[in-house]
Amino acid sequence: MSSQEHSEAALPSGRGDAHEGTVAARSDPFADPGLPPHEPRVQDIDERAAKRSERVVAFLFTLSMLATVAFIVAYVAIPVDRSVYLFPIGRVSATNITLGTTLGVALFCLGAAAIHWARTLMSDVELVDQRHPVESTPEIRSKVLADFKEGAAESGLGRRTLIRKTMLGALTLIPLSGLVLLGGLSKAAPGTKLRRTAWARGKTLINQNTLQPLRPEDIEVGSLTFAMPKGMKEEDHDFQNQIAKAAVMLVRLRPEDIKDKKELDWSADGIVAYSRICTHVGCPITLYEQQTHHVLCPCHQSTFDLSDGARVVFGPAGHALPQLRIGINKDGHLEALGDFAAPVGPSFWERG
Amino acid sequence: MSTTTTTQPGARRAPAGERVADWADGRLGIYSLAKANMRKIFPDHWSFMLGEVCMYSFIIIILTGIYLTLFFHPSMNEVVYHGSFVPLQGVRMSEAFKSTVDISFDVRGGLLIRQIHHWAALIFLAGMFVHMMRVFFTGAFRKPREINWMFGFLLFVCGMLTGFTGYSLPDDLLSGTGVRIADSMILAVPLVGTYLSFYVFGGEFPGTDFVSRFFPVHILLLPGIMLALMVGHLILVFHHKHTQFAGPGRTNKNVVGMPFMPVYMAKAGGFFFLVFGAIAAISAIATINPVWDAGPYRPDHVSNGSQPDWYMGYTEGAVRAMPGWEWNVLGHTINFGVLVPVVLLVAVPAVLAMYPFVEAWITGDQREHHILDRPRNAPTRTAFGVAWLSWYGVLLLAGGNDLLGLLFHLSANGVTWFARIGFFVIPPLAFVVTRRICLGLQRRDRDKVLHGRESGIIKRLPHGEFVEVHEPLTQEQLHVLTAHEQARPIALEAAVDENGVERKLTRKEKLRARLSQGYFGEHSQIAKPTAEEYLEITSGHGHH
Repeated sequence: MSSQEHSEAALPSGRGDAHEGTVAARSDPFADPGLPPHEPRVQDIDERAAKRSERVVAFLFTLSMLATVAFIVAYVAIPVDRSVYLFPIGRVSATNITLGTTLGVALFCLGAAAIHWARTLMSDVELVDQRHPVESTPEIRSKVLADFKEGAAESGLGRRTLIRKTMLGALTLIPLSGLVLLGGLSKAAPGTKLRRTAWARGKTLINQNTLQPLRPEDIEVGSLTFAMPKGMKEEDHDFQNQIAKAAVMLVRLRPEDIKDKKELDWSADGIVAYSRICTHVGCPITLYEQQTHHVLCPCHQSTFDLSDGARVVFGPAGHALPQLRIGINKDGHLEALGDFAAPVGPSFWERG
Repeated sequence: MSTTTTTQPGARRAPAGERVADWADGRLGIYSLAKANMRKIFPDHWSFMLGEVCMYSFIIIILTGIYLTLFFHPSMNEVVYHGSFVPLQGVRMSEAFKSTVDISFDVRGGLLIRQIHHWAALIFLAGMFVHMMRVFFTGAFRKPREINWMFGFLLFVCGMLTGFTGYSLPDDLLSGTGVRIADSMILAVPLVGTYLSFYVFGGEFPGTDFVSRFFPVHILLLPGIMLALMVGHLILVFHHKHTQFAGPGRTNKNVVGMPFMPVYMAKAGGFFFLVFGAIAAISAIATINPVWDAGPYRPDHVSNGSQPDWYMGYTEGAVRAMPGWEWNVLGHTINFGVLVPVVLLVAVPAVLAMYPFVEAWITGDQREHHILDRPRNAPTRTAFGVAWLSWYGVLLLAGGNDLLGLLFHLSANGVTWFARIGFFVIPPLAFVVTRRICLGLQRRDRDKVLHGRESGIIKRLPHGEFVEVHEPLTQEQLHVLTAHEQARPIALEAAVDENGVERKLTRKEKLRARLSQGYFGEHSQIAKPTAEEYLEITSGHGHH
């Protein structure tokens, strides 16, 4: 295959010598040959090609100007509520598509022009800069350290320990004021807030869709009904905070299907009520599988078995959904027989 | 060029530009600054533009963000919507949500600016991620650039937080769900979690404060920190001078490339407009975060397929894949199911951030490095990087388990189990495979140097044998393939010193020696060809 003559012929001669940093002997076949000579581009040797590049650059700049004018025209001329059909996207806002594309073209052509100019017409001869160590020289180093020692000695910080210690103490304490000021961020301590919900003994269950009190016969087998306590209104100033804990779902089961004894005790007429707030990270549960009585949180797929105390069947939730004990009042409406026995929603340190 | 007239006959006044520069120099000393920088050399390689993408998208985010603050109302006061988007009329919502819908439908060009802002944020984070990978795999983080690596890392973390606080501002159903998850993660912190949550939300979740609190964090605090970090990052890039790949004439002591003015200025400046133009075009045709579809946030509403923006995806994946382990210790709940994801949120990026310091400790290398490594020539580092990427990737996949299930007709539970097992199994596998590939590539380089390039020409010898003609490489190619240095593993000092006194080897020393063996031992790199080997083979003596 290869021979000595061959390989020597492949070695460029006399180029590595001029280059700084090449210490290897000529006999080293891997020595740095130094920067290769500059190869001219077509624009460097043919003025017509250079002119052509110039025209391309100018054309792109012109296109950018035209696109900006089009942008302004579109801004003024197109009504903000106009929509157009655009294959294959569908109906889109006319202002968004025109403003976006004209702005995009204006910017892109400006950039493309500058880059084309740089690549074809500006010099492409590679230049060399020398690096210098980031580290300071030993002279500078010793000068700075000496200056520092002198300054430190003049301050007397090392000698006067009383000043040093009290100063450190004061500097340590001073940020505390800033920290303490953050205390106002919470209007109240957590207390038992995460344990209590708007449910209480005697509160009627209201259908969240119809806003009417629920009767047992309203709840059919195989359907999921969402309820909230009577007296709660969307207009209330703390509605969001309250519904975040009080949201409840109702399901009718056949009593013989209920595997958990407590669940059966807390049900009314085969109807069970569970908190909708997932015990994992608090998403509301919305999906119900009729055959298995499993409910699923769409956020992270925690699955609970409503026929077995809502225990976790799959997913990242750590404990069962709390059950709301319900009964039927004298008007024939479903009512709560108390608040949830366990805190609803995600776990927290004081949950116990 | 001077237009102002001069009365002195004969004496020509300097051009106006020069006089302005002289005026500024007299006050700012700009000439000494320009002397060092105007013709500063920047090396060229496609991967060096990744950092530029980040900087430009950050500038775009600031510009569009300022515009959005002119119209956005960071308030959770409830209002009933009567605007031009018919499906939401009569719906109760916060002012924050309403003003976002108004920006999208009633402010001319508002939707475009919103979409550019959001797209640029996604590209900013993606750019930083890929840029960080470039720096990692080429060893650009080595001395003297460790601090700049940390600056970059902090920019990425701040970018994540800024992104999260930003997409939570519209108070729509999707982002509200994300804030709810964040609240639950805060609640999972032992001892102080409940209090922290109350401090963040001004009481119980959701309360009426978080939008007005996230707002200054999103538009002032975090961007301010990021701006400072980015300026520091760029100053250090200028100060250290850019790294370069090994090549003819490119050494550890020089930097070869194009001058700042004019080539780099035109290319980099032009590239800003390219990036901006591309993002504007994307925003024209691709809807992002259609909050009007999601509707306003309500704690008892949710939509299927709720996904965070991509950069929070690995945290979401950890939240989804972690089994729901809860301990009750002395009446207190430790919720590992959510606490572990909180730890991973910090730990996964931190592992990568700390790597340069670990490598520096193992190698004990105190020299400056300005020549980049080809990833194959640092097999252990490259393998670690790919293992980390696969780790991150497994979590990212787990964060989309429902969508993956839907797309590929898989069970979401199956995807979750894949992630649970893959979290532990895939990174070591990726490590082993990557290292082998690196070593294979090193062998190939070695063959190429010693035996030349396969020319594709088949020659028939007189006795009938077919051989492929190998062409010797040029000296440039030989130099590039052999320029990297190969370290030897550090040897443990003898347990008994020269006086026969036993020396106790600390566990740290032993660990370091073992790791060093793993990095540079016999099985961890292929010895690059020496000049003697090359001359021996090419001299034609021991041929065949």
